[in-house]
Amino acid sequence: MIEVDHLTKRYGDLMAVRDISFEAKKGEILGFLGPNGAGKTTTMRVITGFLPATTGTVRVAGFDIFEQAHEVRQRIGYLPENPPLYNDMTVSSYLAFVGRIKGLTRNEIPDASDRTIERCGLTDVHNRVLGHLSKGFRQRVGLAQALIHDPSVLVLDEPTIGLDPRQIIDIRSLIRDLSGERTVILSTHILPEVAQLCDKVVIINRGRIAVEDSISNLTAVLSLEEVFLKYITSDVAPLTAEAAL
Amino acid sequence: MKNTLTIAARDLRSYFTSPIAYVVLTGFLVLGGWFFFNLLSNFNQLLMAYMGYQMPELLDSLNLNELVVAPLLHNLAVVLVILVPMITMRTFAEEKRSGTYELLMTSPIHVGEIVAGKFLGAFVFILLMVLLTAIYPVILLWYGDPEVGVILSGLLGLLLLGSSFVAVGLFTSSLTDNQIVAAVSCLVTLLFLYIIAWPAQSAGEGLGGLLRYLSLTEHYGELVKGVIDTRDLVYFLSVIALALFLTVRSVESLRWR
Repeated sequence: MIEVDHLTKRYGDLMAVRDISFEAKKGEILGFLGPNGAGKTTTMRVITGFLPATTGTVRVAGFDIFEQAHEVRQRIGYLPENPPLYNDMTVSSYLAFVGRIKGLTRNEIPDASDRTIERCGLTDVHNRVLGHLSKGFRQRVGLAQALIHDPSVLVLDEPTIGLDPRQIIDIRSLIRDLSGERTVILSTHILPEVAQLCDKVVIINRGRIAVEDSISNLTAVLSLEEVFLKYITSDVAPLTAEAAL
Repeated sequence: MKNTLTIAARDLRSYFTSPIAYVVLTGFLVLGGWFFFNLLSNFNQLLMAYMGYQMPELLDSLNLNELVVAPLLHNLAVVLVILVPMITMRTFAEEKRSGTYELLMTSPIHVGEIVAGKFLGAFVFILLMVLLTAIYPVILLWYGDPEVGVILSGLLGLLLLGSSFVAVGLFTSSLTDNQIVAAVSCLVTLLFLYIIAWPAQSAGEGLGGLLRYLSLTEHYGELVKGVIDTRDLVYFLSVIALALFLTVRSVESLRWR
């Protein structure tokens, strides 16, 4: 469903991502792990077509993200690190707007909007202005925004960051419900989250893939924390201090 | 087209859900009203004075269009130079800062549709401002008899001028994620285009002609006089087209950098 092939992304002299390749199959939840600054967000931005790759290709649902950007964009739901919210809009009007630019027709909007609002637990706040919502609700609206057009691929950049434990559990179960037909790539710092949710793990460090394997293989001998530390400490020491946090 | 309208409607709504629209409209009307009041009382003074001289040919030379409407429109143009950057500074810069840019750029819409939508939203706002200024000529029509054709031509000029300003503002906003930078660079560009013909007199035939051609004021002045010439219309439409084209390129450059 998502094939990343020898992807490299350079910002000027800085190599953010170097020659990475991995694959997520239909229905899989792929956990994307790595310390801060490892290149997770950059990779996700390339997959969603926000940033162009320097070299390499990405195919989503069989479409090349450069050659057939339009087809890819119709099929991807993307929650960036900061939910892309217009603070002056209400939840409903915002979701209607997103639905329209994602290609839904005017007639499809009410159903899609109601379904998403209910699914993301936004029923009580659907008339509130986004700028007045708490962090947890903002994150959920961000997720709703990614879901409104019923995409077959979901790219979620740290979906549970800044939430309280209760909200984290809610979002996790929502993500679990959403998989199945959909392919999900999610980046996170929270290792237990990966253990609970994901079928497959890609650990990325300093722009390179450190390991790519199924969760059951990786945790056969060591715990996920130990696996994570083993792969990201292999080269530089200072990074581990940060990662251990 | 559908996407363009969706974006235009959202932008237009956001002008009115934030205080920006109200502050800009109020400022525009207060200043416009003050200009109008002053121009009118000057006109009135002249009228009284000439009546005192008992010279009918002087009285005939007093013209509402020349003495009230034209200076009013020229003053409003200067106000637009200052206000339009405040309207357009958010268009792209704010989206970049708040992260909604990522939403727009990862949606199945073309860059051209985004730029056209943002232009259309701001254009409707300018249209509203121009329509509101029509209240002054309407007052004149009530009490006097200015030439309607000349007034309409002047208002068309104001609309074209404002639209060109908007296009330039979109471009400067697309270059940065900082609203102040967007506003200031727009303001400087507009002021420069406004005064570019100042040295035209001493610049000689060729260069002077070029400077006059580039000047917004010269083309606007013709429309305010009531002369609707294709050359002036073409000038404004080219400024809009060029600025929007540059905006599209600047937005696309993020995708293909």
